[in-house]
Amino acid sequence: MNKLMKSSLAAVLALGLVGCSGSTPAADGGTTDGGDEGSKITIGFVTDKGGIDDKSFNQTTYKGIVQFAEENGLKEGTDYSYLQSNTDADYTPNLTQFADEQVDLEVAAGYLFEGAVNDTVKQYPDQKILIIDVGWLEDSPNLQQAVFAEHEGSFLVGVVAGLKAIENGSKHVGMVIGMKSDSMFKFWAGFQQGVWAVCPDCIISFDSCEDFAAPEKGKTLAQKQFNNGATVIFSCAGASGNGVIQEGAERRGNGEDVWVIGVDTDQYEQGIYEGSVAEGNEKSAILTSMMKRVDVAAYNACKQVAEGNFVHGVVNYTLADGGVSLPENNPNLTEDVLKTVDEWTQKIISGEVTVDSKAIETDDRIQ
Amino acid sequence: MKKYKASTISLIAVLIGFLLASLLLLVTGRNPVNMFIAILRAMIGFDLTHPEKGVNILYPLNWLLNSMPVILTGLSVAFAYRTGMFNIGGEGQFIVGALACTFVAFYVPLPAGIHTVACVLAGGLAGALWAFLPGFLKAMRNINEVVICIMLNYTALYLNTFMIRNVLPININTLHETVKFPETVSLGSLNFGTASKFNWGFVFVIIALLLYWFIIEKTSFGFSLRATGFNKEGARYAGMSTTKNTVLSMMIAGAFVGVAGAIVTIGVYGYGRIFDAFDNYGFDGISVALIGACKTSGILFGGLLIGLLKSATTTLQRMGMTKSITNLIQACILILIAIQYGIVLVLNMINSKKDKKVKEDA
Amino acid sequence: MTYAIEMLNITKDFPGIRANDDITLQVEKNTIHALLGENGAGKSTLMSILFGMYQPTSGIIKVNGKEVKITDPNIANDLGIGMVHQHFKLIDSFTVTENIILGKEPKTKFGTVDIKGAEKRVAELSEQYGLKVDPKALIQDIGVGMQQRVEILKMLYRDSDILIFDEPTAVLTPQEIEELMEIMRNLIKEGKTILLITHKLKEIKAVADTFTVLRKGKCIGTYKVADVDETQMAEMMVGRAVSFTTEKTEAEPGETVLDIRNLCVKDVKGLDAVKNFSLSVRAGEIVGLAGIDGNGQTELVYALTGMVKPESGSVILKGVDITNASIREHYDAGMAHVPEDRHKHGLILDFLLKENLVIHSYDRIPFAERGVLQKGEINTYADRLIEEFDVRSGEGRESLTRDMSGGNQQKAIIAREMDRGADLLLVVQPTRGLDVGAIENIHKRIVSERDQGKAVLLVSLELDEIMNLSDRIAVIHDGELTGIVERKDTNENELGLMMSGALKKEAAQA
Repeated sequence: MNKLMKSSLAAVLALGLVGCSGSTPAADGGTTDGGDEGSKITIGFVTDKGGIDDKSFNQTTYKGIVQFAEENGLKEGTDYSYLQSNTDADYTPNLTQFADEQVDLEVAAGYLFEGAVNDTVKQYPDQKILIIDVGWLEDSPNLQQAVFAEHEGSFLVGVVAGLKAIENGSKHVGMVIGMKSDSMFKFWAGFQQGVWAVCPDCIISFDSCEDFAAPEKGKTLAQKQFNNGATVIFSCAGASGNGVIQEGAERRGNGEDVWVIGVDTDQYEQGIYEGSVAEGNEKSAILTSMMKRVDVAAYNACKQVAEGNFVHGVVNYTLADGGVSLPENNPNLTEDVLKTVDEWTQKIISGEVTVDSKAIETDDRIQ
Repeated sequence: MKKYKASTISLIAVLIGFLLASLLLLVTGRNPVNMFIAILRAMIGFDLTHPEKGVNILYPLNWLLNSMPVILTGLSVAFAYRTGMFNIGGEGQFIVGALACTFVAFYVPLPAGIHTVACVLAGGLAGALWAFLPGFLKAMRNINEVVICIMLNYTALYLNTFMIRNVLPININTLHETVKFPETVSLGSLNFGTASKFNWGFVFVIIALLLYWFIIEKTSFGFSLRATGFNKEGARYAGMSTTKNTVLSMMIAGAFVGVAGAIVTIGVYGYGRIFDAFDNYGFDGISVALIGACKTSGILFGGLLIGLLKSATTTLQRMGMTKSITNLIQACILILIAIQYGIVLVLNMINSKKDKKVKEDA
Repeated sequence: MTYAIEMLNITKDFPGIRANDDITLQVEKNTIHALLGENGAGKSTLMSILFGMYQPTSGIIKVNGKEVKITDPNIANDLGIGMVHQHFKLIDSFTVTENIILGKEPKTKFGTVDIKGAEKRVAELSEQYGLKVDPKALIQDIGVGMQQRVEILKMLYRDSDILIFDEPTAVLTPQEIEELMEIMRNLIKEGKTILLITHKLKEIKAVADTFTVLRKGKCIGTYKVADVDETQMAEMMVGRAVSFTTEKTEAEPGETVLDIRNLCVKDVKGLDAVKNFSLSVRAGEIVGLAGIDGNGQTELVYALTGMVKPESGSVILKGVDITNASIREHYDAGMAHVPEDRHKHGLILDFLLKENLVIHSYDRIPFAERGVLQKGEINTYADRLIEEFDVRSGEGRESLTRDMSGGNQQKAIIAREMDRGADLLLVVQPTRGLDVGAIENIHKRIVSERDQGKAVLLVSLELDEIMNLSDRIAVIHDGELTGIVERKDTNENELGLMMSGALKKEAAQA
């Protein structure tokens, strides 16, 4: 018996030696200090269970990090890398791992990391951490919290929706949120102001899934709103919103003139509907999307660390600094619409128009 | 046929599993040595690539922390299995354990210490109640416990979400968890100055291990459970109440997982949380019980192994092996365990060849 | 003289034990040769060697005069050797033909299975050897005897010339045994050779030409059946004088212990299995319940022990109505039960011997105190029973029950049940599959229980056993009592008629 074990161990070691001659992604993790080459820093990114290809926050955040890395000649694996979590319980160990290796900046995206980041910031006072989309943690010299002016971005997609409702004559739009909460009402506030800014007599259907992870609920609410006459729905409900997009895509596939507006990232691809793909020119039911530029937040933080001017506290990304925006490409919007959107953007940036982050809760125009 | 100890076979399976994993790493162009470096680091906190840093106690602490819940879920699966039941409902029992613990934390004010114990016991009780139904239906109506368990897993998931959103004090910033537990609920911190969340919950794990060993091996109750597991008809003939045994064994199995749910909730998070998906502790328990051949010491070993693989995920990823590769390594070991009969066959072949050779030499 | 099989000077060693010691077995062509020996005498090892499952440590095998090396069962099959196993290997939901051709399916020119052709061939074979098998019947619809014929046909279909029957009569009724003997004779007529493994001397006497005796791994000798009588055979097998009839005195029945009144029981399918059955058993007597398998005996026993609830009627034990009591309450009321199926009910095979010996009382003083098992008490008790009842096993009380021989497993059950001091001993098929020596031992035990004033109800399919042990004999047919007779006033012929339902006798209740 012992002999057998010894021989299998020997085999393992032998294999290892063979392996050494091959290409080895060396793992001398980021212990080198960023000082030598100016912008040469080390970055560690911790994702939730979704990983860096989640088509959402993680993916976009990593895009910002990669962009900075490429501009500054950082290598993946040695200078910058990510750790994917298996469960919620992995957040702290993963953050700790990078802190233990003394990376120059740690990045985490999303409220899921709230607790773990809070702990790590205290445990490692010298470790700089950026948390994205969280703005309520206790301030600490090594913590940057990036938040976004969602109401401003929502105002712009409200304008798009209002214009569309005028164009098709329905004068009826809709919005589906994930949960009745203060942060969600920020979106709602911006959207209603945007719609009524261009179409004061537009009706807005408004519903909440009371769940961020129930696509079937989103789909049912979208059905209800479309059936009641809404032609554009702002889907603002996490995974539940996927149901709204699906309903819109199905209806467009059947020839109905209805649209869905995406949120957080450019959701154009998710709205591509059947029939359009076969003809070779993919068409999407996504009219446009209200994007939070988490990549910009990540990029900026990297840059600050490289330049030695890391900002702690809450950093607010607004329309003015490109923190919220429409996607670069909007195949479903006409030049005229885009021009109008630009005009409103300028008005907000210049301060001529202020978007209130408090929503009107009762109004005849709200269904 | 020669007989081999279950522990020998498990050990060989683990070794061949690592060997197979090494091969797969080679095929995917990675260096298997890194796997062992990473696992060593996760185990004792010693980084062979940076020996100058010495040993970091953070890593062994995290290893133990990761092992705690899977040892408990392993005990659960093993306990049910000894009575002929398959407890695949660990995920649900874990969640209701966490939920019950959260309720007691917020709504049953007690002095520090006692409050924590009450929370953990509430978790165990909830797990037991959650496992009652599959046990009861199996015993009375012979309905397959696997189906009921899986359905109850989802029921628990959504019940928990509903309770946290609508009943418990929710964290209004995230809407994804409750506010922090009162300070009277804490498993303390045994982090030795590191960032580890290792805590006094391990005491409950040790108690559970002893309890498992005592009940199964030493009590007349365990005797009748084992009889029922080996031969239900035979146990019935002997005058044992197989229905009672079936229900009780599921409930005790559920209690183990419920305790796991509670100690993870208190020790790792300190708040009740919504589960977006299963944490997989329950399913890991199946692997642990399998590796441990349902023996107390085996479960301890299996739990430490799965805990190690879980906590090595981080270091493995740092060594260029993605999460899927870590899962692959785990799968290799499990497959080898599952086909341990094959290992016995091979061992016999080797031995008979040896016999022959000895004879030819003579 | 030509031999179909010759196994010359076969020796097989296992670690620590020599299973076969210089055994020579020569089976003459076109004869029925019996291989006789107790459980554990080395018969199975020898056959496993013949089928290539084991390699002999030394010795050679010849088939039809040519030396062969048999390294796996397929080679044995190719040499024309086929085995009819004791436990059939048939698929219930397949037809007879499908089972027979499984693994050797004839193909049509389109590459599909030629079921029609196969059915024709099976029918021909069945006709040729007088097997009377319907090729299209489903296995689940035919009886055990028929199923055995399907196993025989399987071998014939594969052109086996040498047929090995492993304990073929263990599962058959007396009538079926008769028919099997006839079939064997037909096979010989058609030029086949048969090797019959058995420990039933009567069968050897009835059908075999020659026999070889094995004892404790050694070959005792090969003899012509005509030259030896059954008593001599038994002596050769066991190694000492054996008596077939158990010595016993006249019964002295006391008061009624078990009283079964108008009992009706349904079987698992919900059909009436026991119909209005009444019987009483008194202290100090053995009542034998005779009947052909499947006539309600199993259901009756289940109802008597509380394993199923009867539809109506009552069971009274020592004046207490236990009709609806739990299984445990039955035992507590004074019933001991040696079950029909020792693997399914009698034992937990994965338990140690000592655990099986305390299976009814494991949770009571002295074996458990406050729910904690008392290892010392259990060990002492187990050692006493093992000693007293001569239960033999590799590691004594710590032996895994599964590893024990059938005879010793049964002895363990008997020991456990008899030691409980119950007033009623319900013994079902106590010697099924056991060898002569073990049977003798168990029969003596049962009689001595009677002599100590216990009431014994013996349920058996072996008429010999019933005749040998009983003081009174009750006969069951189709769930109904067809009569109760005194042992001394009856004979096999009369009982046979009652078992078939052709004759009814007024119940001679005491």
